Amino acid sequence: MQPVIRWFHQLGSPPTFDRFAARWAPIAYVLGLLVMAYGLYGALFVVPADYQQGDSFRILYIHVPSAWMSMAIFALMAVYAAIGLIWRIKLCEILAMACAPIGAAFTLITLATGSIWGKPMWGTWWDWDPRLTTELILLFLYLGVMGLYNAIDDRRAAARTAGFLSIVGVALLPVIHWSVTWWNSLHQGQTISLFGKSHMDPSMLPPLWAMVVGTHVWFIGSLLARARADNLKREAGKAWVLKMAGTE
Amino acid sequence: MMAAAAKALMLRDVRLLLRRRGDALQPALFALLVVVLFALALGAEPTTLAKVAPAVLWLAVLLAGLLALESLFRGDAEDGTLDQWMLAPVPLAWLVLTRTFMHWATSVLPLLIATPFLAELLHLPRVQLPVLLASLALGTPLLSLIGAVVAALTVGMRGSGILVALLALPLYVPVLVFGAGSVAAAAQGLDPNGALLLLGAGLVAALVLAPLAAAAALRIALS
Repeated sequence: MQPVIRWFHQLGSPPTFDRFAARWAPIAYVLGLLVMAYGLYGALFVVPADYQQGDSFRILYIHVPSAWMSMAIFALMAVYAAIGLIWRIKLCEILAMACAPIGAAFTLITLATGSIWGKPMWGTWWDWDPRLTTELILLFLYLGVMGLYNAIDDRRAAARTAGFLSIVGVALLPVIHWSVTWWNSLHQGQTISLFGKSHMDPSMLPPLWAMVVGTHVWFIGSLLARARADNLKREAGKAWVLKMAGTE
Repeated sequence: MMAAAAKALMLRDVRLLLRRRGDALQPALFALLVVVLFALALGAEPTTLAKVAPAVLWLAVLLAGLLALESLFRGDAEDGTLDQWMLAPVPLAWLVLTRTFMHWATSVLPLLIATPFLAELLHLPRVQLPVLLASLALGTPLLSLIGAVVAALTVGMRGSGILVALLALPLYVPVLVFGAGSVAAAAQGLDPNGALLLLGAGLVAALVLAPLAAAAALRIALS
């Protein structure tokens, strides 16, 4: 077997994953925080104020990356859940369930920052606008996945059931993404695009990309740390865990 | 074979209904109480009530359907019928679809028949009644089908009431938006057909996809 494929297969075993996560989670945390610190410095001190919104627009450097993460994590959770359901890979079930609280936190940050920005700009904390409403539904879906996972005693059955809900919930993602296009929305349309031209001044973009990369890397660290904790909890009592804890 | 299985299942449900006739009235009774509570809380002013009537009626029907959701698979799970469904030589999704249809017909259909009376209690203008009934006729089967997936996911759990609500209500939101929205559009003199067509499209999609999803969820929940 090829070394890369063999490494990938070995990663599915709980002890190997534990060592992998223990090594890479702190590195991802530090890297993510450094990149985010650079992005935040640029966002707060380097980038000029917007000609219409003044300094209020700077909250976008947190709002936009977390909004992207809130949707990307849901998709990733569904992919992990599907792999877990189809090939019965235990690690993928753990990873899928570890995605849910992180994604819920990003969704909450998105809603909170959007609301703080909305008060001076739109004159209201909240509006029943399609984009805002669908993002709120996404939060409820995250909470539903977490609630379902915690409500069933058998951990593997719980992960499969909650994972299936996340697969069903993926139907919401395109609705959130295109909600600003389909309906008349108070929320502005897409101004930043990965491919093609963004409708934003080039000088404002570098800190944003730094924040996007930073949140992704930080997410990897958080995912590994959470999955490691769940993995250890499930494997508690196995010889390798006892040996690691020094209680054998 | 599939038709025979569906017929047997339907006959059983009809027989169960006839043995306990009171059960079919419970959702309608609940909806009536919700309407009464709304009317009293809003102050019983006819013009105010007429304005909120479509939203209140939609909510009453939706909440009654949510409460009825628990009985969709509960009895069959407890006496082992669901295990027999898994072993049956017909597709599980087909049995789920039949059961969901019968559940809709026995618990939500009486509610639809009662809707004109409830609408009268809330002084809904008569011209809006056909739109309301059309939106409910398209929307409630859709709610039942979505609810079947959630009920299947939670079938093995005890005391799952609030969790079922937490899981089902976010998925119900689009149906409510377009259902109540169609009547609101009619009230403003706009064309309600767009929202009704979207509800119809959703119903067609759910008729195909929801039984498959619910069957997969049942297999996961009972494995």
